[in-house]
Amino acid sequence: MKFIRDFFERTEPLVQKGEKYHWLHSVHDGFFTFLYVPKNTARSGTHIHDYIDLKRTMSVVVLALVPALLFGMYNTGYQHFRVLGELDTTAFFEIFFYGLLKVLPIVIVSYGVGLGLEFVFAQLRGHEINEGFLVSGMLIPLIMPIETPLWMIGVATAFAVVFGKEVFGGTGMNIWNPALVARAFLFFAYPAQMSGNSVWVSLKEGAQTIDSFTGATPMAEAAAGNTDFSVSDAFLGFIPGSIGETSTLAILIGAVILIITGIGNWKIMLSTVLGGVVMGAILNLFAVNAYMALPFWEHLIIGGFAFGAVFMATDPVSASQTQRGKWIYGFLIGVLAILIRVVNPAYPEGMMLAILIMNTFAPLIDHYVVQGHIKRRLKRASVAQRTAA
Amino acid sequence: MSKVIKLRKGLNIKLQGKAEEKLETLPTPSTVAIKPTDFPGLIPKLSVKAGSEVKTGDALFYDKYYPDVVLTAPMGGIVKSVNRGERRRILEIVIEPGADKGAVDFGSADPASLNSDEVKNKLLKSGLWPFLRRRPYGITASPADKPKAIFISTFDTSPLAPNYNFILEGQLKSFQTGVNALAKLTEGKVHLGVNKGSIFNSVKNVEINEFEGPHPAGNVGVQIHHVAPIAKGEVVWTINVQDVLFIGRLFETGKVDFTKTIAMSGSEIKKPQYYKTIIGAPVSELTDGKITDTDYKQRIISGNVLTGEKVKRENYLGFFDSQITVIPEGDEYEFLGWASLGVKKFSASKTFMSSLLPNKQYKMNANLHGGERAFVLTDQYDKVVPMDVLPVILLKAILANDIDKMEQLGIYEIVEEDFALCEYICTSKIKVQDIVRSGIDTMIKELG
Repeated sequence: MKFIRDFFERTEPLVQKGEKYHWLHSVHDGFFTFLYVPKNTARSGTHIHDYIDLKRTMSVVVLALVPALLFGMYNTGYQHFRVLGELDTTAFFEIFFYGLLKVLPIVIVSYGVGLGLEFVFAQLRGHEINEGFLVSGMLIPLIMPIETPLWMIGVATAFAVVFGKEVFGGTGMNIWNPALVARAFLFFAYPAQMSGNSVWVSLKEGAQTIDSFTGATPMAEAAAGNTDFSVSDAFLGFIPGSIGETSTLAILIGAVILIITGIGNWKIMLSTVLGGVVMGAILNLFAVNAYMALPFWEHLIIGGFAFGAVFMATDPVSASQTQRGKWIYGFLIGVLAILIRVVNPAYPEGMMLAILIMNTFAPLIDHYVVQGHIKRRLKRASVAQRTAA
Repeated sequence: MSKVIKLRKGLNIKLQGKAEEKLETLPTPSTVAIKPTDFPGLIPKLSVKAGSEVKTGDALFYDKYYPDVVLTAPMGGIVKSVNRGERRRILEIVIEPGADKGAVDFGSADPASLNSDEVKNKLLKSGLWPFLRRRPYGITASPADKPKAIFISTFDTSPLAPNYNFILEGQLKSFQTGVNALAKLTEGKVHLGVNKGSIFNSVKNVEINEFEGPHPAGNVGVQIHHVAPIAKGEVVWTINVQDVLFIGRLFETGKVDFTKTIAMSGSEIKKPQYYKTIIGAPVSELTDGKITDTDYKQRIISGNVLTGEKVKRENYLGFFDSQITVIPEGDEYEFLGWASLGVKKFSASKTFMSSLLPNKQYKMNANLHGGERAFVLTDQYDKVVPMDVLPVILLKAILANDIDKMEQLGIYEIVEEDFALCEYICTSKIKVQDIVRSGIDTMIKELG
């Protein structure tokens, strides 16, 4: 392994400012620091630092996404062979392999386009490559319908990186979750290709399908008044939907990883679920149609609710930054997601918009939480003064 | 008896190399030095020059704005040199001990029989005044201050911190005398923060509060916050345990005696233990022969690993420090270090295997373990600051130079050490203590 380090150390002077290969500086630095934790030591302040850094934080999130990714691959194959009526005759590995071949290109395009742009921006701005996209690059494929054309993934990723993040100053500065910006971009720019019943299941054109096949997700079915899906299928994930969002179980495994390591905020996850349950229950009480009557807990296992609550709402940069704010923020996401889902017939899924709306309002929530904090501090100080006097 | 204040937030860093409770007296050092840079807020004007002969207790320099505030020689002898840095800033005044000319006699007295001004004058003349520091800002106390209280923390929770219960054994009488003198300086009380089973529970003429919890429970700033928070316009004073002893000895003997005990600690020390020496002793004479021989670089710190100062062999012990820590420098690359399992890596986060192995002590080096990034994670800091402040929001107010916000969010209540743990755990490797200091500097400049 020594030769790799030697290579990077030897080439380091060549990419400094004013040198011939300066335009490669970010690439050099990005790969070098990826392979080797730098030898920099503390110059001021504390002499010791925790071993955790942003690379490790982000890789834990990616790790937490792996169950959803693997299941998404399997489910892609599963849905494909199900509608062909060949499920019983196809081997497990063949099913998974089919999904792998469909999903992998999407992941590659997302990372390729996103990281490429990250390198360009880091070079132009003269800062280090930020690790934020390691997670965004994985989130983007997982919230796309399987039949989204690859060029759309590329365009959406580019839009998300440039307008969702870099225009604000890069990782840590963005207002909205970049992955959701990508999804929203496609949703509004290419509505025909991003919704309807044909995008959720991977099929060759003109393929012979079983008679009962509609391709609709349980949520679309529910919106149409048919709430009769299998709860166990929805929980385990054997339903049509975006690649990574279908299996509540796989997402729960990810949630456990995030909560145990402390990387994902459990307060946001819990409050989002609470918000969804409360809104769902209210709708149940006043139900005038079948969708409103859908038992409130079933909302948690269909569509993108679970995925959004665990992986999207908890993005620390775009979420509320105060502890009390996090409760309010999560709760309102849950409420809005179910409200949009059930009451607005134009949008079958409310999670994406709910999170984006609350991303927008997070600074406002924080503002009021901080004002409350300041008021409390003032009161405490004047009480202390009175008791001292 | 006192009430117990329980703090839940914080972190005990399990560093290797705690000093064993064994005391050895070091020989008189060949030189000692006083560093004006140890006193933030004080502008030094020299009273001596290189070659001057001084007695123990003779003034070396005074403050430009409060000429009554002086610092005195810890040992009699000859001023060997005045070392200056950039823009002729005075860094060190080095004294070489000569033939014993005795010490300046400031007159012994029972503090109880003196009034406030008499106590004050004695402290100013003897050069013990600068041991008093004021909050807000953590700078040298001014004789014009009217402190509402004086706070002393009798225990230190920082990594490998010295145990004052051990150091003060047999010296509690001098401590009591020092406390009696301090009590004359405030209209309020002298507050002692103690931990469980402390020998300081027997001290009179003070209010005692017991604290329980992880670091920074022993920080005097945290204790002030929970006992009597500082509001705008108020001033409190703080002083270290061993510095109270100096005051006690002055009143008992009439002479200054800067003998102090320091803990020699850290994974790179052969036999971590306590040593009796004097303020301003040279680092070389404190550490030579005590550090393990290795083929990697080591870092000597005057103070603890969170707030101490990196020193070289030719430097001197910090004025307020009761500890020297030596750790590996760690200026080495680590292949895919961010991806390792981390059995030997202590972390406040639970992303390393080490979190499954409790109660082990770890060797830690000075490597940053990552590059500096923007704020990303937002609830890390809250977990290690046991005060009613919002660390990230306050730091952002400082970065934005928003004076009103800084004031409202509690800049008066904190100094660097109170946020040191934030810097340790920070995923983004943000220099939190530098930010806090720049905020405090801004406040001093703008509001005085």
